[in-house]
Amino acid sequence: MLREVGCESIEELFEQIPEDLRLTEPVGIGPAIPEPDLIDYFRDLATRNRVDYLSFLGAGAYSHFIPVIIDSLISRSEFFTAYTPYQPELSQGTLQYIFEFQTMICQLTGMEVANASLYDGSSALGEAVLMASRLTRRDKFIIADTVHPQYREVVSTYTKNLGVEIEYAAHTEAGTVDIDSLRIDGQTAAVAVQSPNFFGCVEDLSAIADVAHAAGALLIVSITEPISLGLLKSPGACGADIVVGEGQSFGIPMSYGGPYLGLFATLEKYVRQVPGRLVGEAYDESGRRGFVLTLSTREQHIRREKATSNICTNQGLFALMATVYLATMGRRGIQEVARQNLQKAHYAASEISRLDGFSLRFGAPFFNEFVVRMPRPATVVTRALLDKKIISGVALECYYPDLKDSLLVCVTETAKKEAIDRLVAALAEQSDFE
Amino acid sequence: MKNRIKKATTHTVQNEGLLFEVSRPGRTGYSLSQLDVPEQTEEMIERRLLRDDDLAGMPELSEVDVVRHFTRLSTWNYGVDTGMYPLGSCTMKYNPRLNERIARLDGFAGLHPLTPAPLAQGALEVIRRLEECLTRITGLHAVSLQPAAGAQGEMTGIMMIRQALADRGDPRKKVLIPDSAHGTNPASAIICGYTVHTVRSNAEGGTDLASLREMMTEDVAALMLTNPNTLGKFERNIEEVCRIVHQHGGMVYMDGANMNALVEVARPGDFGVDVMHLNLHKTFSTPHGGGGPGAGPVAARETLEPYLPFPRVVRSKDGSLTLDFDRPKSIGRVRAYFGNFGVLVRALGYILTHGDEGLREATEAAVVNANYIAHNLKDTYDIPYPGRVMHEVIFSDKRQARHGVKNADISKRLIDYGFYPPTMSFPLIVQGAIMVEPTETEGREELDLFIAAMKAINEEAAEDPEILRHAPHTTKVGRLDEVAAARKPVLRWQPEGRQK
Repeated sequence: MLREVGCESIEELFEQIPEDLRLTEPVGIGPAIPEPDLIDYFRDLATRNRVDYLSFLGAGAYSHFIPVIIDSLISRSEFFTAYTPYQPELSQGTLQYIFEFQTMICQLTGMEVANASLYDGSSALGEAVLMASRLTRRDKFIIADTVHPQYREVVSTYTKNLGVEIEYAAHTEAGTVDIDSLRIDGQTAAVAVQSPNFFGCVEDLSAIADVAHAAGALLIVSITEPISLGLLKSPGACGADIVVGEGQSFGIPMSYGGPYLGLFATLEKYVRQVPGRLVGEAYDESGRRGFVLTLSTREQHIRREKATSNICTNQGLFALMATVYLATMGRRGIQEVARQNLQKAHYAASEISRLDGFSLRFGAPFFNEFVVRMPRPATVVTRALLDKKIISGVALECYYPDLKDSLLVCVTETAKKEAIDRLVAALAEQSDFE
Repeated sequence: MKNRIKKATTHTVQNEGLLFEVSRPGRTGYSLSQLDVPEQTEEMIERRLLRDDDLAGMPELSEVDVVRHFTRLSTWNYGVDTGMYPLGSCTMKYNPRLNERIARLDGFAGLHPLTPAPLAQGALEVIRRLEECLTRITGLHAVSLQPAAGAQGEMTGIMMIRQALADRGDPRKKVLIPDSAHGTNPASAIICGYTVHTVRSNAEGGTDLASLREMMTEDVAALMLTNPNTLGKFERNIEEVCRIVHQHGGMVYMDGANMNALVEVARPGDFGVDVMHLNLHKTFSTPHGGGGPGAGPVAARETLEPYLPFPRVVRSKDGSLTLDFDRPKSIGRVRAYFGNFGVLVRALGYILTHGDEGLREATEAAVVNANYIAHNLKDTYDIPYPGRVMHEVIFSDKRQARHGVKNADISKRLIDYGFYPPTMSFPLIVQGAIMVEPTETEGREELDLFIAAMKAINEEAAEDPEILRHAPHTTKVGRLDEVAAARKPVLRWQPEGRQK
């Protein structure tokens, strides 16, 4: 073939590249590793990740049961080896599930439109802030300090060069945003809160929406644990203007933090400012229904520097995982899994708070995460429990320096009662503080 | 009419409604363990904070319903496994199954991102080793794997440049971008607070040096350059381009979307590039997943290393790997946790199973394949920028347009012939562009079928242009009215009676 295209040598094939830039030596990856050896290599690495420990970590990534059929269905290679559905006639599978995904995200969040997904929950919050700034032409934001700390860091990266001013709102003793202290004025574009928040507490979204709207500001709600939507009033019903979230809980493995699934939903009147892809219904000449990428004039490949975002891809395959998850769990399964999370977390919380020197740090209602105040620094306790092969939670000191004695514990439906009891017993040993 | 279609034939396609249309009240398909803790019956959360809609509208299906539903949907798609997917600029190569297997190992898939570092040494080693491989491949000093996709990598890189310039005293105001660039480039520069200015391409499709010299002033922060560019050409003057930018105190960002043409053949670090991104889902074969997830690592020269996103994976004194958050010059985080880890595992698997030699062979085959297509179709289709190409070739519909046939018609007809269409109408500087990137994983037989299909379509354009204008004829739906869809967008299903 080389000769057919008119080249005598491989060197000639690359003659466009100036000779002094062409490599004469390999870059140093080494020899190819055969398949069986590669499996051994990665198996060995994987065993050095201790997933055998009992874990009560949450804080934005959650251990939930993943129905087996999800992996089976997303492994259909027509799904995972396809790309962006640019040619709708040959991409109806992808387009229809995205339309179904958009519909279910609307139903769960109580919003009117949802996009085809963004990278993850944290960048979705960054995009929400940028969108609120475009919508209101204001540049001041109030973000609750109970929003996931890493999400706040991402927002600050996204906005640092755009003249946006961010103020963090304090929380009350109950663990929710201090509504009376919100300094919303005529320059405030939006108030951004998370519910359940980083401490696991459920925010009173309706009350926050009222004060935001009274000053002409929007309400952005971020959700890191969307299983809570099976139980809690939807942000839409509470008056949210933009709802973003992390969809990992919907059947997506924790996978050391990614890939995940950014959820983005808003009101119909704001649709032309939405970042990312949207799928809409369309008809062919014979009147057959199909689906297409639509309202693309918002996007970078058409609008370039005037686009609503620089995002190009969505998280197609992971939106499919979430769609299969929600379809499999269905109306009743989503309610049941939410109920089990609530029950198990409350069981664990009440058992722990019965221990000497332990109490719940906050009084606000919670879903499947809660903060425990302990008789010793939480970092000391977590280290001690590691010896018993228990990862007891997130010591909050690294994010909230004044919460040295506080541990964020997450209990989902995957925690058996016996496991919870083991945690409680191990914590009990930490209560006799000499 | 002669049947020239060799690769494809028609077969029965199952109809299937939306999830909500096939849903039946009361049907369930889920299975959960019994609640094993004593049930608390008193109110745990005030009623006014709870849902009152009983999740009406969410689907109610059995497991078989769900399996049939998504299996049927899948048959309406076309993937790399179905056949050649010559979508230019997207590098639709085969996705080795081995990498799917390793990414699903429990120790990776089940690992929580906040697991203490001593208990996540395997994951940190994946990150460290992939970073090392990518620094070797790019010839740059350091890599961050955090960006979730190419566009986020661009934003990260330009932010790093901005911060480095700001540390020097002035972040500057402008970013220069060639007219042939991807739309993400200008959109990413805007997020970093820059204005965007377009550099024209010369007659060969490269950067016009005279125009660059004129535009490269002391208020330009960076030039964003794709190399090979979107015309499939290597930027011959790359060293001079970098020199001009550097002379005026600016930096060069390279969009690595087309790195599949360069791996083991040339390194951007040697060109004079300061910072760049790679698309692991293109060059390093991780699945495109119907539009994501990808990963867009950023590689930078030594002077820019302090500005990479935090945390960084570093080796501690005892030899174990740990996370370094103390990075005062870092631009910050661009996403939570460590990036698209599952994609990183796959990409590392790809690199290691190929080794130096395999990676070089892949690059060579990608370039040979693109030139083979160019060579065999150059008498049939117009090539606006003729001559040897790298990994992709750009045709135009100029000759077929005489019969009233547009690039879109050609692409839709290719579907009937059993191929996914190439990228259309990009780059913007080519009228009626048809951008073909075969990749190295197509064998000669599939390439020959593609060439034959393109030639046959050219004949049809002269003999029977109507068949092209109404193509495709074999898919579940015909051409959809996208204009009407955008005019009155229906973006979700609504129950009967609630439709507007």
